[in-house]
Amino acid sequence: MIFDRQRLLAAGLGLIALALAPIASAVPQIQTWETPNGARVLFVPAPDLPMVDLRVVFDAGSARDAGRDGLASLTADMLDQGAGAWDADTLAERLESVGARLSTGALRDMAFVTVRSLTKAPALDTALETMAAVLAEPRFAAEDFERLRQNALVALRQEEQDPASVGQRAFYRRIFGDHPYATHPSGTLESVAALTRDDLAAFHREHYVGRNAVVAMVGALSREQAEAIAERVSAGLPPGAAAPRVPPVADLSGAAVELLDFPSTQTHIYAGQPGMSRDDADYFALYVGNHILGGSGLVSLLMEEVREKRGLSYSVYSYFLPMSQRGPFLMGLSTKNEQAEAARTVLMDTVRRFREEGPTEAELTAAIKNVTGGFPLRIASNARIVEYLAMMGFYRLPLDYLDTFTDKVAAVTAEDIRDAFKRRVDPERFATVIVGPRTSQVASAGASGG
Amino acid sequence: MKRLLIALGLVVPLVAAASVEVHETVLDNGLKVLVKPDRRAPIVTSQVWYRVGSSYEHGGVTGVSHVLEHMMFKGTERLAPGEFSRIIAEHGGSENAFTGRDYTTYYQNLARDRLPIAFELEAERMRNLALPEEEFLKELEVVKEERRQRTEDDPQSLTFEQFNATAWEASPYRIPVIGWASDIESLVVDDLRGWYQKWYAPNNATLVVVGDVDPDEVIALAKEHFGPLKPEEVGAPKPRSEPTQRGEKRLRVKAPAKEPYLLMGYKTTGLGHAEDDWEPYALEMLVSVLDGGASARLSRELVRGARVAADIDASYSAFTRLPGMLLLNGTPAKGRTVEELEAALLAQIERLRTEPVGEEELERIRTQLIAGKVYELDSVFYQAMLLGKLETVGHGWRLVDEYVEHLSRITPEQILAVAQKYLIPDNLTVAVLEPQPMDGKAPRAAAAGGHARDL
Repeated sequence: MIFDRQRLLAAGLGLIALALAPIASAVPQIQTWETPNGARVLFVPAPDLPMVDLRVVFDAGSARDAGRDGLASLTADMLDQGAGAWDADTLAERLESVGARLSTGALRDMAFVTVRSLTKAPALDTALETMAAVLAEPRFAAEDFERLRQNALVALRQEEQDPASVGQRAFYRRIFGDHPYATHPSGTLESVAALTRDDLAAFHREHYVGRNAVVAMVGALSREQAEAIAERVSAGLPPGAAAPRVPPVADLSGAAVELLDFPSTQTHIYAGQPGMSRDDADYFALYVGNHILGGSGLVSLLMEEVREKRGLSYSVYSYFLPMSQRGPFLMGLSTKNEQAEAARTVLMDTVRRFREEGPTEAELTAAIKNVTGGFPLRIASNARIVEYLAMMGFYRLPLDYLDTFTDKVAAVTAEDIRDAFKRRVDPERFATVIVGPRTSQVASAGASGG
Repeated sequence: MKRLLIALGLVVPLVAAASVEVHETVLDNGLKVLVKPDRRAPIVTSQVWYRVGSSYEHGGVTGVSHVLEHMMFKGTERLAPGEFSRIIAEHGGSENAFTGRDYTTYYQNLARDRLPIAFELEAERMRNLALPEEEFLKELEVVKEERRQRTEDDPQSLTFEQFNATAWEASPYRIPVIGWASDIESLVVDDLRGWYQKWYAPNNATLVVVGDVDPDEVIALAKEHFGPLKPEEVGAPKPRSEPTQRGEKRLRVKAPAKEPYLLMGYKTTGLGHAEDDWEPYALEMLVSVLDGGASARLSRELVRGARVAADIDASYSAFTRLPGMLLLNGTPAKGRTVEELEAALLAQIERLRTEPVGEEELERIRTQLIAGKVYELDSVFYQAMLLGKLETVGHGWRLVDEYVEHLSRITPEQILAVAQKYLIPDNLTVAVLEPQPMDGKAPRAAAAGGHARDL
């Protein structure tokens, strides 16, 4: 049992004067092509270890649920519960007999299937053959579907006993309204109970298609091998069509506070609004700005004000989650019930002040040094690189995204941040969700009125 | 047996080719330094492992190791509170710390040429921590919030805490890592001062560095920064051996929750404590038979087959300082009860006690272990973790390249033997989370409008 504390990244005063060269980073050289059925492939050779990481993503996340909440997620979960010639038991046995690892899942934008395998025979061959079936020929057997559905309902009930899950679900509903991002990928007790096996099969038929897919690959492979692998795992997918764009997210019309009664010793507070998209023009200004505000662990402004100065919370943060359309901008903390209002006041004062004043030059310099200096850590493993490749492919980011990342971060000015936050972050229209015992919420509701 | 030899023959060269020599040095003041070069990326991880954690604590000051870990970021003779973190951040580093039962660990991940900064800062706080009273009082509030967040408001975590306190009598593994609420409440800064004095010394620590570095340069750098530090008289902790359990123990934990939860534990043995050295390895293999992936028995037979579990886990670690437990924990499937889940788990245990495990099952586990040794090379952080942990809990880092072989040699008969010896009712503790109503859970903002307020 380990207690990890987020103590990541951030700004600094140089106590230690060391003459250090600028940090060199070897950015992976990305190769890209399309499979015959229209899947985009991004590949980075990594010859050092005799292994391969494959990540195939589809524009088939819960944003495509179309009113059947939980559909995308349950579809992804069913992929490895029997496919092609193999039932769930045999499929698991095949992969584990060669030491391969496969996982599936769905977020709001994307569904994913990942495989990690040794490159030696017969491991890789078995892993690829199995993955191809998982992608193209899942069985959606009625019995397995019912089992997964029932277990999903148990998991949903367990979420209801966690104040953080309850609060974040409510926050998404508040800021996204009737947009598809409003619902949680795992759906609700009612929506999951209403799904059918045929819903899943139809969802798979429509969305798990070549033109809706990106294949990301990192491993000890030649270009020829990589091409053969990409073609092989995607061979069973019909070309189909790329999914239409997710509709834009509307702004909030005004502030709203939602109080949820919960029998906890802490009150959880979530506040924010729709944030930014992956291709947002303000991406780097908002990213670096948020890094200073609440994205840099122990040395962020929020951490300084809420935890370091006042001891009000163990964790406090803010983040933008960039998605196809604008994802959330979210600030959060949890504190003992009696001091919930005090903590919320500090949270809101800090974001208001940052929006008005922007960062100091010292804060900006420290943040830029942290992000650019830490860049090599972001791409130091095959596991991290394959995630970047899938993300870049999915959101159609330029292939030089990694090459130009540190320059774009370094070019952000304090005025860029102040300007972007003024236009894009409006605390007077935040949605706020407060989860905790009813008795300690009277003050919260009262104090925020008016 | 022939099959096993073939498997090892194929696979051992692969692992050997992938692994790199670890360079070990012990400085004059007793600090052990381990360096493993890994040149795949221009980064380095630096970790300092102290031999202290909650299993070193006694009643009244439980949680002191963890609070001290927090205070290690709150200033030294030369560094202001928070300055450590700001400097690491300015150099692009990420850092963290964690406290466990048998260790307290501090790490920085950095670009390779920033290693001197990590060393200078870690050396400074190894002997020169300031522990200012006002910072301590604030940080104690933070730790109380951490306990509320991670334990009080999490019914499964509460169940686990009470389970340990019930199962263990004398073993300090009964102590929660974060400490009991009342002990945290009554800690004073002098408790930390004493604890720091007693355990934070070069001769009670291991420095592990993995990454794109030259071992000789790292060792020279370690001598420069850590070499001047004075060692301390560090006594061995008392054995605090667990007396023989004389019959099954049961508890029920009532907390607001929606779903029940079952937690079962058999007291076992661990490396360095077993009559026969192979026993802990046999227990590791046994637990993989139960839960070594989706093809293992618990997933196959209890989740998919009998559908009695919605989720289920089995765990055991041979690599602890003191003997631990083999744990089984899970949630019943919809419409099934904890009693049915327990009965199904007991039937699985009974099978392990009466029927030798099939060679095919063992072969699958061996293959996964060997593949896992390759996969772990993708993370310098994880490689350093393994070295530091094995060294700190007392088994020696060299085991990192040997344990897969020890595991691979385990036979069905040995698994049968440890099942018969340890997985017996008198060794068992069973905890059940009994969900209590969560009054008023429903949102006040009902669909019809409710009490949501637009302000």
